[in-house]
Amino acid sequence: MSVQTWTFIIVGLTFALYIGIAIWSRASSTKDFYVAGGGVSPLANGMATGADWMSAASFISMAGLISFMGYDGSVYLMGWTGGYVLLALLLAPYLRKFGKFTVPDFVGDRYYSQTARLVAVVCAIFVSFTYVAGQMRGVGVVFSRFLEVDITIGVLIGMAVVFFYAVLGGMKGITYTQVAQYVVLIFAYMVPAIFISLMVTDNPIPQLGFGGEVEPGVSLLQKLNGLHAELGFAEYTDGSKSMLDVFCITMALMVGTAGLPHVIIRFYTVPKVRDARISAGYALLCIAILYTTAPAVAAFARANLLDTVTDTPYAADAGTADRAAMPEWFRKYEDSGLLAWVDKNADGKVQYVAGAAFVGKPDFGDERGPVGQRMVLNPPTENENELYVDRDIMVLANPEIAGLPNWIIALVAAGALAAALSTAAGLLLVVSTAVSHDLLKRTLMPDISEKKELLAARIAAAFAVCIAGYFGINPPGFVAQVVAFAFGLAASTFFPAIILGIFSKRANREGVVAGMLAGLLFTGGYIVYFKFLGGSAEQWWFGISPEGIGTFGMLINFAVALGLGRFFPPPPEEVQAMVEEIRVPRGAGEAHTH
Amino acid sequence: MSDPTPPDGEGAHAPDPSTNRQAYWKANLRYLAILLGIWFTVSYLCGIVFVEQLNAVTIPWTGFPLGFWFAQQGSIYVFVALIFVYVVLMNRLDAQHGVDEK
Repeated sequence: MSVQTWTFIIVGLTFALYIGIAIWSRASSTKDFYVAGGGVSPLANGMATGADWMSAASFISMAGLISFMGYDGSVYLMGWTGGYVLLALLLAPYLRKFGKFTVPDFVGDRYYSQTARLVAVVCAIFVSFTYVAGQMRGVGVVFSRFLEVDITIGVLIGMAVVFFYAVLGGMKGITYTQVAQYVVLIFAYMVPAIFISLMVTDNPIPQLGFGGEVEPGVSLLQKLNGLHAELGFAEYTDGSKSMLDVFCITMALMVGTAGLPHVIIRFYTVPKVRDARISAGYALLCIAILYTTAPAVAAFARANLLDTVTDTPYAADAGTADRAAMPEWFRKYEDSGLLAWVDKNADGKVQYVAGAAFVGKPDFGDERGPVGQRMVLNPPTENENELYVDRDIMVLANPEIAGLPNWIIALVAAGALAAALSTAAGLLLVVSTAVSHDLLKRTLMPDISEKKELLAARIAAAFAVCIAGYFGINPPGFVAQVVAFAFGLAASTFFPAIILGIFSKRANREGVVAGMLAGLLFTGGYIVYFKFLGGSAEQWWFGISPEGIGTFGMLINFAVALGLGRFFPPPPEEVQAMVEEIRVPRGAGEAHTH
Repeated sequence: MSDPTPPDGEGAHAPDPSTNRQAYWKANLRYLAILLGIWFTVSYLCGIVFVEQLNAVTIPWTGFPLGFWFAQQGSIYVFVALIFVYVVLMNRLDAQHGVDEK
């Protein structure tokens, strides 16, 4: 059977499964809708958190990103896992004990302030929308690449599926669908990884093959370092970012992870405080399986790519006894625009060395070159590099590079869709909750009935799906740029406010609101200046990139909150009593109604 | 839930609930300091600040430079272990101070 037939079958089956689960787990109360009734088992919650967390970017792009960045890619690996330690030790158990529904709930109640609640609502909505647009786009891209339908139709199908289970099932539907999606995505990631590890290093476990030998006496990493030196790239195990920048980016991503509302909200769904703790452990375990495999896949793919393309004749019939011609997948991905080759020295062979082959992303003309390659219209650069490689190819093309059967290629498509849909659903829930619960119930219409609140939540979710779909079809050019925003803002607003709320009884309304605003303005200002107003890398403060500035935003937030707070009275008695109360687990099992 | 009756079950010998809670919180903070110390060491120290010095060492029987391994593999394994250790420590501490969930 062809790849496309397999893809239709496997994607169709997984979608039927998700919808089946959604019907089985419909939400019947606001508690079901917001926190799945508070009765999710820790293991299920761990898996759901894993699927929620691992987005289309983790699944498709991360290995490729690391493949091109080498050691510098560690910022993503450590940054997007280490945050779970902070979450498990500093946030999850206490927020579970607090026992309301959302992050703005905590901020508003702990700081006895509607202003604080509103700042939190706005940040939660902004952070979640930033993220969700990218996910819907990911759905469209996967559909168009594997099923050869238009991106718009792909996004619409994705919207319909998410609409179904997010609007109908709320958190309850999302949670159990995410469990299924985790299984699909991790299986789809591991199978090609195991095969490619066997192919490159004869070891079936990618994490071990990563440190294995490719030929007697030469390890994979030594070989990569050697090839990189030869071709003019920075050493694979060394990287080229400054140490301070690596430090700051890692910290901003870790702290940002721990402050992201769609991650935090998951820990409200388990029955007890001890469940919240262990469930963070299961979540990180589920995530670590993919995150320790990704760097291995990155190295295998890098070695494969350099081996395959370096000085290889492009034309299919140009192979000789000692040098095979370019394999078929190269031309296939050239057709889909993920690879582009300009034969600068006209020798008919691919030279791949450091530097960009031409200016910008490839812009293909209709013509074919002398050996049949697609011609690009971009102005070529001065250097000798002839090859443009899109980083997404590293995961998408792996099964083909390793010569795996068609059903595995289809599985990768289903896995990528599972990753994108599960993350999108989790984010949409945060948006709908922020509107129906934080804005309507807690701020504008406190007497709204349970039934009406549930209806409002569903309408808000439906609206959010449509807006997300719109951005998926018409992606604003800045989507990639604003991801730094999501983490930077979470790091410099929510994280310090929640930490202080739990660990300092003295932290008061005035200090924390000022701290959040200071963090928001500082981080937001820095990112806007360098991402949108044309600031250049030479102007970075202490060489810190906009991705890492959230670390400073967080420190500023802490400093302002503690410093300024001293001049204002401590929180009222009952708030201090509440802080005492959330510090001990006993009592969390009892119903918390509002 | 805030009622100060002495907790039941083994290890429940809390004469004064507020001193007991203070002791519980102090022990909790000590655990946090130790565990977060390890968290910081494996990621920021081994994986970033001292990565070059550690890269001079290769892990025996593998091709991993030690610092690079910490940055892309080791730190993640330690993170997972830290959370499970924390869970065990805290469940024991809860029971000792009689603040565990019934």
